Amino acid sequence: MSRPVISHFWLPMITLWKREVVRFLRQKNRVIGALATPILFWALIGSGMGTAFRPPSLPVDQDYLEYFYPGTMLMIVLFTAIFSTISIIEDRREGFLQGVLVAPVSPFSIVLGKILGGTTLAVGQSLLFYLLAPLVGLHFSFEGVFLVTVTLVVLSVALTGLGYVIAWPMQSVQGFHAIMNLFLLPLWLLSGALFALETAKGWIQWIMFMNPLTYGLRALRQAFDPGPSSPFTWDSPWVVGNLVMLVAGMILVAMAASMTQRTFRT
Amino acid sequence: MLASCLAYKAQNLPYNQQIDAALLVFRKFRSHNLFFMPTPAVTIEGVSYHYGERRALKNFSLEVEQGSIFGLLGPNGGGKTTLFKLLATLLPLQDGNITIDGHCLRTQGAQVRQQLGVVFQAPSLDKKLTVQENLVHQGHLYGLRGETLRKRILGNLELLQLADRSKDLVETLSGGLQRRVELAKALLHQPRLLLLDEPSTGLDPGVRMDLWNHLHSLNQSHGLTLLLTTHLLDEAEFCNRIALLDAGELIAEGSPDQLKKDAGAETIRIETSTPDLLAESIRIKLQLESSRDGRTLILQNSPIPNSGRFALLENLTQNFSTEIDSISASRPSLEDVYRQKTGRAWKNTEVHS
Repeated sequence: MSRPVISHFWLPMITLWKREVVRFLRQKNRVIGALATPILFWALIGSGMGTAFRPPSLPVDQDYLEYFYPGTMLMIVLFTAIFSTISIIEDRREGFLQGVLVAPVSPFSIVLGKILGGTTLAVGQSLLFYLLAPLVGLHFSFEGVFLVTVTLVVLSVALTGLGYVIAWPMQSVQGFHAIMNLFLLPLWLLSGALFALETAKGWIQWIMFMNPLTYGLRALRQAFDPGPSSPFTWDSPWVVGNLVMLVAGMILVAMAASMTQRTFRT
Repeated sequence: MLASCLAYKAQNLPYNQQIDAALLVFRKFRSHNLFFMPTPAVTIEGVSYHYGERRALKNFSLEVEQGSIFGLLGPNGGGKTTLFKLLATLLPLQDGNITIDGHCLRTQGAQVRQQLGVVFQAPSLDKKLTVQENLVHQGHLYGLRGETLRKRILGNLELLQLADRSKDLVETLSGGLQRRVELAKALLHQPRLLLLDEPSTGLDPGVRMDLWNHLHSLNQSHGLTLLLTTHLLDEAEFCNRIALLDAGELIAEGSPDQLKKDAGAETIRIETSTPDLLAESIRIKLQLESSRDGRTLILQNSPIPNSGRFALLENLTQNFSTEIDSISASRPSLEDVYRQKTGRAWKNTEVHS
């Protein structure tokens, strides 16, 4: 009599994506929090540390503000990813997400809607920060903008995916804050954002070596300043870094989808 | 064939006529059915649910007829929220089976979801979005778009008298209006069954009445089945059938009137300064059991024949005129029903205010 009903996919994904962006733009404090905090960090830590100590690995012509610049951009991505996924916790128990969970929607489209939303915000904000690049002597070029944007998208998908996987099973926002301080910030600290892997102590070096974000940040560094080698070779930091983050992102998205699916199974 | 033709034509009609057309299709279809067996709106068969060690539902069975207003009444912790979550597909079924409008919850999840409209106790609206935007998102989640969606939204906003607020941010609306937007949202995809979790919790009496007026008219004019959970006895009176839940078990089911009738014709309340003594005397002299609530004795345990109700009052006043401060007889309330079935007093424990 009636056509079989299947779970909807594209329309919910797009609508959830759009909602994420509209909602963000209506909350001025979130815009400020995710952008101003890292800029402040960058200006204060960058200027203060730059004169207090100088990592031996730093090339002579590079100042610390410049070294710290890609790390700050990574922080913007991380912060935006955290803030856009933290809402899952409250929304699932009371809020918008309850309504989504009872709708005939494919779990995968919920995950993708959220992650694409978070990615749009993270990339948008990092690109705003990119406008400050000339301050530290980085110049825009067509190639540079392309390399940076691709890397930002890949990083954002992976980090929003990570946020989703952490937030989904959480019962309280406080729990998420604990994870943020104990896991997410160290992840960033040990990515080479503040100091280079080469100059770190043995065991720290090992952690940094194992940290996927280290490779992501290397890709970002090369996108800003290609250096002597071309970023378009198979073993360049840009290609390797993006591949590492892409694989990490795909694993995280798959994990997020399976977690969401589990809630759905009836 | 007839049904699908009518269904096709119905797509271009406004909301209420669409529902009517859908009902017409439904009835035509039923009347052509040789084995005339109306599919119940909800069938629950032997459902048990446990959270770890704690059992929230024990071998629970229930049937909800199409077009009824059905209340799941019980104190907090009685298992009604678990049942609501199972029906809303928010919890996976452990034991037993549930079918909604003939669709099995286990195997036809998407169909079941398409039939269900859910109104949560906690608001599910995005407060940073306007009323209109919330409804657009909701429509998209159910695969509605374009002109169809626009018309549905317009129709629903008018139905719930929200048309002039459609451009307002949800956070600027009063609690009562927000609840009405929730309702508009849940009805957007034209569900066959509307599930409501504690619909009037947190609403003041005027708003509560307004909500119920809307619910009644939806039920009457559109034949929508309503299934709601509540811990409020007066809200249960609005339903045409209720199931009384206690400790995860169904302890009584029927219309509120029927349940009250079954509980005995009368409840007699006696105010006295010596309740224990009087209870003892009543037991000895009249062979009647009574329960005590402070200084009040309540006689309702044994069914008192309708004809003899004043006789008993007379009998009591004559026999114990010195002990009785005051005496009253009334038809039993749902509270009495609960007391009789469980032997415990109804505790109106409103957790959320």
